[in-house]
Amino acid sequence: MLKVENLVVKYGMIEAIKGISFEVNDGEIVTLIGSNGAGKTTTMQTISGLLKPASGSVLLDGVDLTKTAPHKIVPMGLAQVPEGRRVFAQQTVAENLELGAYCRRDKEGIRADMENVYELFPRLRERKNQLAGTLSGGEQQMLAMARALMAKPKIMLMDEPSMGLSPLLVKEIFRIIEDINRQGTTVLLVEQNAKMALAIADRAYVLETGKIILEGTGAELAASEQVRKAYLGG
Amino acid sequence: MAFLSYLISGLGLGSVYAIIALGYSMVYGIAKMLNFAHGDVIMVGAYVSFFAMTVAGVPFAVSVPAAVLVCTLLGMTVERLAYKPLRQASSLAVLITAIGVSYFLQNGAQLLWGSDTKIYPTILPGAVSLFGGQLSVSYLTIVTILTCILIMVCLMLFINKTRTGKAMRACSEDKGAATLMGINVNKIISITFAIGSGLAAIAAVLLCATYPSVYPTLGSMPGIRAFTAAVFGGIGSIPGAFLGGLLLGVIETFAKAYISTQLSDAIVFAVLIIVLLIKPTGLLGHKISEKV
Ligand SMILES: Nc1ncnc2c1ncn2[C@@H]1O[C@H](COP(=O)(O)OP(=O)(O)OP(=O)(O)O)[C@@H](O)[C@H]1O
Ligand SMILES: [Mg+2]
Repeated sequence: MLKVENLVVKYGMIEAIKGISFEVNDGEIVTLIGSNGAGKTTTMQTISGLLKPASGSVLLDGVDLTKTAPHKIVPMGLAQVPEGRRVFAQQTVAENLELGAYCRRDKEGIRADMENVYELFPRLRERKNQLAGTLSGGEQQMLAMARALMAKPKIMLMDEPSMGLSPLLVKEIFRIIEDINRQGTTVLLVEQNAKMALAIADRAYVLETGKIILEGTGAELAASEQVRKAYLGG
Repeated sequence: MAFLSYLISGLGLGSVYAIIALGYSMVYGIAKMLNFAHGDVIMVGAYVSFFAMTVAGVPFAVSVPAAVLVCTLLGMTVERLAYKPLRQASSLAVLITAIGVSYFLQNGAQLLWGSDTKIYPTILPGAVSLFGGQLSVSYLTIVTILTCILIMVCLMLFINKTRTGKAMRACSEDKGAATLMGINVNKIISITFAIGSGLAAIAAVLLCATYPSVYPTLGSMPGIRAFTAAVFGGIGSIPGAFLGGLLLGVIETFAKAYISTQLSDAIVFAVLIIVLLIKPTGLLGHKISEKV
């Protein structure tokens, strides 16, 4: 479904991504783990078209996203839950969800999906007329995920959805990610919480200072000596 | 009665400021830049409607949409050619470019149409007389105030109810996140410039109908006043621009009538500074839910 090939991304002179390749197949949960500054967010933003790479390609079902206008990527079936949530603080929960469905014209389908995300996140229903900026951090994360779901994506990118949440909420979020995947959405998950991410991932890649240094199934990497030392605390 | 009469003419003047300030404020809210050339778009609108009436001989009612059309296209062209390439540049570079565009338009007008003052035709003469003739309000003032209110209501509906309006609000908050929703941010910015410039054309004809001289630097003073009004009301806020414009018009008129014509600008700025000291975001700057 998604294939990243020899991607190089620079900030000015600094090369943040130094030629990485990886792929996400239909129906998978793939995780990209790595410590601070490894280049995870840079990779995600490049896939979504917010950053233009110096070289390399990002193929979504064969179409090169690096040559596609960023606003045309969502209608192709790719949505992102960005790092730090980035909900529209001054709009209500319901308006945020409507914006998630901005590219869709099927009113009936949008209404049905709105109902679905409220089922998935009952707390959002209770707060649907509240300004998103007044939600708690966990609720904002749920809103960001719900908003991306409203685009009805084939593949959903999530950049550190567990960041800053209580352990209980982190569990809840990971359970929902599995749910979303079971319902047929392919997931590319970026995480620092390597343990949880590897537990739900079909496959995983380890990113270190802009390079992929390891790859394997979730279980393989969770068992790997190198990963355990660097990311799982021994 | 004199008080009431000053108040009404202040509201008339303030309505023109408000319409210009709306353009400033919307562009600031979305593109996060001060479009210093906004005042000069007014000037172009004034010339277009002037020539439409005097040279092409069309009635006033036809000259207005002509001016709106030309200014809308001008605003979008300026954005496309001068500002869009600077999307990633520092705000200082953008500001200097905007000042450059302002001079370009003024000098262009001088070259094309000369620097002499042209006399705008009289529009809507006459007045309503109230309280047995003690108070007279010109039709023009009434039309100006009503136009401003109508524009305000339409804009609020547009921003809050339409798909494009909602996308504008999203862009004003976070362009990256808006792009992740599939919103074409460049198009939204272009639409914002189009609306702001179209409004500038309407302000231009109302202004020239009241003060009937057309000259290349005509837009500077109202532009600066309206910018002040936008800051006064809380830049980025639509109701703020409206309120700021009206208040500024009233304060200016009262200052001229009761204190001194020479000091009126100083008084206006003194009030602005006091307001900003008390409330740095401007009068309605905190009402972020209505920000564009
Ligand atoms: N806008 C920017 N300008 C310059 N350098 C940047 C910019 N954004 C990121 N970088 C640099 O690029 C590298 C990768 O950053 P990135 O945000 O992709 O890391 P990350 O893996 O997402 O980290 P984290 O886990 O902290 O979110 C870092 O060294 C960072 O300092
Ligand atoms: Mg990151």
